[in-house]
Amino acid sequence: MGLHNTEYKGVLGWFDARMPSAMGAFKTHMSEYYAPKNFNFWYFFGSLALVVLVIQLVTGIFLVMNYKPDASLAFASVEYIMREVPGGWFIRYMHSTGASFFFIVVYLHMFRGLLYGSYRTPRELVWIFGCVIFLCLMGEAFFGYLLPWGQMSYWGAQVIVNLFSAIPLIGPDLSLWVRGDYVVSDATLNRFFSFHACAIPLVLLGLVVAHIFALHDVGSNNPDGVEIKEKLDGAGHPVDGIPFHPYYSVHDIYGMGFFFMLFFAVLFFAPEMGGYFLEWNNFNPANPLVTPNHIAPVWYFTPYYSILRATTADFMVWLAAAAVAMGVLIYFSVPRRAIGVAVLAAALVAVVLMVVPGIAFDPKLWGVILMGLSVLVFAALPWLDRSPAKSMRYRPRWHFALLIAWSVVFLVLGYLGTLPPEPARTVIAQIGTLLYFGFFFLMPWWSRAGSFKPVPDRVSFAAH
Amino acid sequence: MKRIVATLALGVSLVAAAATARAAEELALDRWPSARAHDVAALQNGARIFANYCLNCHSASLMRWNKLRDIGLTEAQIKDFLIFGNQKVGDLMTTAMDPKDAKAWLGKAPPDLSLITRARTSFEYSGTDYIYTLLRGYYRDASTATGWNNVAYPNVAMPNIFWEVQGPREATLTTVERVEGSSKLERTVRVYDVDGNVKVTKAELENGDPSSSYSFKATDEKGAAKVDGDVADLVAYLAWMTEPVAQTRVRIGTWALIFLAIFTVFAWRMNGAFWKRVK
Repeated sequence: MGLHNTEYKGVLGWFDARMPSAMGAFKTHMSEYYAPKNFNFWYFFGSLALVVLVIQLVTGIFLVMNYKPDASLAFASVEYIMREVPGGWFIRYMHSTGASFFFIVVYLHMFRGLLYGSYRTPRELVWIFGCVIFLCLMGEAFFGYLLPWGQMSYWGAQVIVNLFSAIPLIGPDLSLWVRGDYVVSDATLNRFFSFHACAIPLVLLGLVVAHIFALHDVGSNNPDGVEIKEKLDGAGHPVDGIPFHPYYSVHDIYGMGFFFMLFFAVLFFAPEMGGYFLEWNNFNPANPLVTPNHIAPVWYFTPYYSILRATTADFMVWLAAAAVAMGVLIYFSVPRRAIGVAVLAAALVAVVLMVVPGIAFDPKLWGVILMGLSVLVFAALPWLDRSPAKSMRYRPRWHFALLIAWSVVFLVLGYLGTLPPEPARTVIAQIGTLLYFGFFFLMPWWSRAGSFKPVPDRVSFAAH
Repeated sequence: MKRIVATLALGVSLVAAAATARAAEELALDRWPSARAHDVAALQNGARIFANYCLNCHSASLMRWNKLRDIGLTEAQIKDFLIFGNQKVGDLMTTAMDPKDAKAWLGKAPPDLSLITRARTSFEYSGTDYIYTLLRGYYRDASTATGWNNVAYPNVAMPNIFWEVQGPREATLTTVERVEGSSKLERTVRVYDVDGNVKVTKAELENGDPSSSYSFKATDEKGAAKVDGDVADLVAYLAWMTEPVAQTRVRIGTWALIFLAIFTVFAWRMNGAFWKRVK
């Protein structure tokens, strides 16, 4: 009859005989996906990111039902959702709180990667898909933030789109092309809405699938950084692995309980989160004629924004010094002379473009370059990290201290980015910028140094 | 561990350094008595003042009249006592004044008040304190176009709408500023009499901090106190109007958290039931 053989009975059997790939996918990704049994707290954030993605997609669908992407109606339509659509306030706060929580969860998810070397071989592709997801998320947040059409929406978009104009030759035309007008206007709002509600979510979903498929092909890393596939039992399953379903599905549901307690505590009791999740000035409708005294992006962009603002004219000489030092360091570290010379030459070109009057780029352009680099540098981690052990557990303690120090720098930059610039703050942001990049660019050297502990064959696990 | 503590301490000191130098000279705002937010009589009185005084020039175009049922008013009360003109209870609180005329008459179109206390909040102060201080902070100043000036919003376009009830007041504005290129400070005291004529006295101070303060002397104590109370009620109403669902939101949130606490206990036990097999 052309039916497939099936091990199931009843309705499921009828279905499986006709479409075995459905149960096949369930097995591959859930009930027969073997995950290390020693996952700890940090391993909640992957599935939580998926939960927040679903929250954003579902609430987004309902918001679009009442939102008007029209410069003269957008602001009032958001308040219409908040005041007159039954349950609209809940949907809208889910979406606005969800945006911030998405970044909290993803930042913790990425921190886990740094802590246990999750980007190391064979998981480079998993990591790179993750980095592209992060970029999409930033795009999604940026485009979405224009939609309420408040003062911060408007001027934030104006500032960021203007950054493109710093690019030589094509810059001004490029920013005009992105805006679709000479200022942020109805045309900009419509295209941003299209990107936010259609284009980027599609790309994001595809990338999330790629991220999970790539992960399930190579298998999850774990807090010990041990490859569990290297120790198999008689049935060919990892001895330190357990099926994702039911063990980690129930575990993640448990974690979700705590997550939703935090999420709802913010949503119901402090949806503006003191002006960090919903900026106060965004309760004023966009006014192209009134520039706010202080324009700051939402908190999750502020570390990079700080780096952008730190790149002032008097910082260029320090950047040039850092470029020379990097060039010399690489020159004396690479075995092949030709590569060393090429790197040194590149560093010199960079220095010329930083400090030589008449030829040098505008510091604003370097700010844009550094801001872009501060986000993209994560993707290089698999090749920057040369540590013999993946997990911080078996690396020198000072490696862990460096990671914590870098995290503190990230948070300090983030905090500074929310404040108006002042000379003392700019100096701190400049030091922070050098430390931020120093952590990454010096990693090939420091990650090899120190005394490492032997990595065990099996994961360390104490039964519950 | 020591290194971690040291780096954390470094981070904290960096943040502290960044946080200082926040404008210390800014005016200390009066605290709005926030208990009124939960007082239905205060909210209703605030709505009455809002409809009588504010709505002539300002709109609240995101707010529908019949939403006032949420603070205990009936449709009949809304229609009979609050709506002037021919609006229906299902209409939005718009104003008859054309924005173009407003700009010509007042120099600036009065802002919509639907979200005003939220929109005027900042990291430094809350919008409720700001509006409370603003509305009670008028003094006569003969040098301005309207004859009024304001401690919270210098040269404000809006005149003092409560002047009849409040009665004449004398205002004393004191600022202490650092003298440029010197460690000394200068104190300036401006006394505005009830007709808006100013008397300025300056003095040099050896030490102290920059500051800004003000005080009023009312000739009609009772009237001034009534305005203080009415403004507190009005601010309660304005704060309610920024987010009419706020109290419902908190109530639902409490139940949501109770539910989640119970859910998490079950999830915890379910997790334990499966994981006891993992050795």
